[in-house]
Amino acid sequence: MALYPMPSLPSEDKRWKIVSGAMRKNGYARHALIETLHTVQSSFGYLDDDSIRFVARSLRVPLSQAYGVATFYHYFSLKPPGKHTVTICAGTACYIKGSDALVETAEKHLGIAAGETTQDLSIGLVKARCVGACSRAPVVMMDGEVAGEMSGALLIEQLERWAVE
Amino acid sequence: MNIEELDQIAESVRQENAKYDHEINVCMDLACASQGAGQVKEALGKAVLASGQRVLVRRTSCMGPCSAGPLVAVDPEDTLYRHVKASHAEAIVGCLGKEPVPELQCDLREHFDQQMRVVLENAGHIDPEKIDDYIAREGYKALVTALTESSPSDVIQLLTESELRGRGGGGYPTGLKWGTVAKAGGDLKYVICNGDEGDPGAFMDRSVMEGDPHRVIEGMAIAAYAVGASKGFIYVRAEYPLAVARLTTGLREARRRGLLGNNICNTPFCFDVEIRLGAGAFVCGEETALIASIEGRRGNPKPRPPYPAVSGLWGKPTLINNVETFANIAPILRKGGEWFSSMGVGRSKGTKVFALTGKIMNSGLVEVPMGITLRQIIEDIGGGVPDGHQFKAVQTGGPSGGCIPNEHLDLQVTYESLVQVGSIMGSGGMIVMDDTSCMVNVARFFIEFCRSESCGKCIPCRAGTAQMHTLLTRICDGSGSMSDLELLEDLCVTVKEASLCGLGQTAPNPVLSTLRYFRNEYIEHIANKRCPAGVCAIQVPAEVMA
Amino acid sequence: MSVTVDVKTLVIDGREVSARAGDTVLEVARENGIPIPTLCHLEGLSSIGACRLCLVEIKGSRKLFPACVTTVEEGMEVSTTSERLKKHRRTILELLFTERNHICSVCVANGHCELQALGQEQGLTHVRLPYRNPLLTVDASNERFTADHNRCVLCTRCVRVCAVIEGAHVWDVSGRGIESLVITDLHQPWGESTCTRCGKCVQVCPTGALFEKNKVGTDHPKHPEFLPYLNLMRGAQ
Repeated sequence: MALYPMPSLPSEDKRWKIVSGAMRKNGYARHALIETLHTVQSSFGYLDDDSIRFVARSLRVPLSQAYGVATFYHYFSLKPPGKHTVTICAGTACYIKGSDALVETAEKHLGIAAGETTQDLSIGLVKARCVGACSRAPVVMMDGEVAGEMSGALLIEQLERWAVE
Repeated sequence: MNIEELDQIAESVRQENAKYDHEINVCMDLACASQGAGQVKEALGKAVLASGQRVLVRRTSCMGPCSAGPLVAVDPEDTLYRHVKASHAEAIVGCLGKEPVPELQCDLREHFDQQMRVVLENAGHIDPEKIDDYIAREGYKALVTALTESSPSDVIQLLTESELRGRGGGGYPTGLKWGTVAKAGGDLKYVICNGDEGDPGAFMDRSVMEGDPHRVIEGMAIAAYAVGASKGFIYVRAEYPLAVARLTTGLREARRRGLLGNNICNTPFCFDVEIRLGAGAFVCGEETALIASIEGRRGNPKPRPPYPAVSGLWGKPTLINNVETFANIAPILRKGGEWFSSMGVGRSKGTKVFALTGKIMNSGLVEVPMGITLRQIIEDIGGGVPDGHQFKAVQTGGPSGGCIPNEHLDLQVTYESLVQVGSIMGSGGMIVMDDTSCMVNVARFFIEFCRSESCGKCIPCRAGTAQMHTLLTRICDGSGSMSDLELLEDLCVTVKEASLCGLGQTAPNPVLSTLRYFRNEYIEHIANKRCPAGVCAIQVPAEVMA
Repeated sequence: MSVTVDVKTLVIDGREVSARAGDTVLEVARENGIPIPTLCHLEGLSSIGACRLCLVEIKGSRKLFPACVTTVEEGMEVSTTSERLKKHRRTILELLFTERNHICSVCVANGHCELQALGQEQGLTHVRLPYRNPLLTVDASNERFTADHNRCVLCTRCVRVCAVIEGAHVWDVSGRGIESLVITDLHQPWGESTCTRCGKCVQVCPTGALFEKNKVGTDHPKHPEFLPYLNLMRGAQ
């Protein structure tokens, strides 16, 4: 009986070896799906159809099930990220200290809604649920770096700094 | 590994530390780190070198009052410096052994005196990446003693005597849970540590996982011994990369020392732990959804019974406890169940870590004995509401909890009392609100959260929270009517009683509690198209409606 | 040695009934002609307790229990109907009717739709909740069938039958909460997916969400009876 063939790496890109390694480390078990998708996202920045298909086939998970998992968890993005990402924390403490206004400021300044990326793919705006730095509310993450006690003015300043790059 | 070896390691650490005349502990937790604590530590290191003094500069975990960060503690002077910058390094080193630097010194005696540190007993004293620091403070003694001198049922007996209840929010008696898993048949069982900490505004678990990872590991190992498990998982939310890194280092170090793996301490006990990442789903804090996530599936909860203790991960008996629950295990084993149950009141024994944030002077982590009043926490320890504003409400229990107003400030904090006033203990988030908060908007905020975190499996939660959100948004923007309010209250009942899991069942709580204490604000929005706190953007001005 | 079948006796709506250990309250109720409304449940598929329509009251607890997954206990006293339960059932149906776009007059399932039947059984005459009117699509790419998401109630019968009975697992749920959507493969058009065109999902779909093409008007009765038969045959092998 022929064994189910392991799909070949989608391209020569070395990052696929990292993804393959993550699956191998877990014995290609089905339960490694979420860990593997994390590896894909940290290597490529987001999940696209090809990568989900590759992981699903390698782990022998039905395509729709893999897609269902990829879209259930909000940490995963199915769209390419911007060159920079501004994440505004919308947790309770940050909300009490005015995160709503920060989101509005950012949306107006960038001309996009939270969850979207600017037309030129330079800046992505994300609303996060809570990053755990509540004592520094309102918190904003600029490319993953925590910036606390943020104000609308400071936020615009940082966004402009990115814009001129 | 045995007790003698642990003592030897502890002794060598003590001897090493004794070479120094002073210790400077720099908090490198997330909040302080984001304000330049890294540079502060570097500058202090350089200043110490230049001064030629024998000083240990140590990276430590969250000491508590995050809003005063970056924090630096100096021993043996017992001085606490706040808002420290790299430029202060020379001054601090210069003052060692003399009067402390006046403008940096903070006297938070009020803040610390009423606290009781059990879970956070190592905060500020150890380097979280050094297992030896943990061992030097009695780390792993409880595990080794339990393995070599007690039986699993002895351990469970001790837990039961302590009256420890689950710290994740459920408050289920821990000894009882462990006993149920221990009694379950089969020789494959699992222990899971719930490090998802989905409640926005809560970061106690993050702090413990980052600042004292071995405490969690030791607690899990003791639990595994007690219930007969050989494999453990720590489920950490993806938004806590530092916690994942610290736990990974901790696990590696524990294995190296023979405290995890096969035949630990030359006994038949085998136990090892893997880390599993969450991926941004609050519902995965619920036990059955968490299990589904570890199994690589969508985080949909399942109807209970069967309970995870009987049929959990891959159908096997599974013990799931919160990070803080595990953090209490080693101290209980070391000091005894009676010691633990001597703290607290009624059926709420021991201590609880709260993340005190929002409109409060001293924001950060506090650990207090159960039974302390809200007023003591907010006014004495927290320093009250700043900037001349008035206290309005304190929100506990996250999206599953409620808002408690002024009239209940003298309430003793216990599981039961919080439920009586319309809230819950929850995981420990405590957000203080002042007169600038609109309680209807707060209710809308929480329902929006539940709506976007609902897994979608059951109709009451999926569609119910969406409809409740629509109704609350109408009320907030001035287009709501009294029949909308009636409908909202009606939906609360169905969502609460008919939902499949805890997320849906508790989603109406913030709405119900704000309606209980701040109904007038709802009426004001509806009848007069006005937001008393001036927060809501009213779309329909009162004049137009006339 | 005698063959022992573990028998339980319990009371449902004041009537004493007998059951086998391991039976669910729903199974026992149905055996005895006691009606309990259901939607996500279908004989032959695993029960998931998702729709919450089958919730019943059990003496001794304030909680409500989904009859489809609750196993009987000796001496249990079940109440399948009460003002409280009726209210919840109606609200759940209201939530469904307003969640998506259910317009019976232009639907192929008009007259033999389980959602419609439930509405009638529960005496739902009007809806108090605001209609959401979400923008949802119709996928007619499959040459044999059409999927109209406006009529879907997310019961996931299609997902379960395709995964377990057909074994193809073409359907699954994407997104979560109110944004959930049943999809095929990587959210591709049904016609381009790995669908085997067996039609089981169409037969088990309770509404007009999944239906066969080339049928006239509302002549689209569903025949999910193949399910318990298949399971019976499998069990006999």
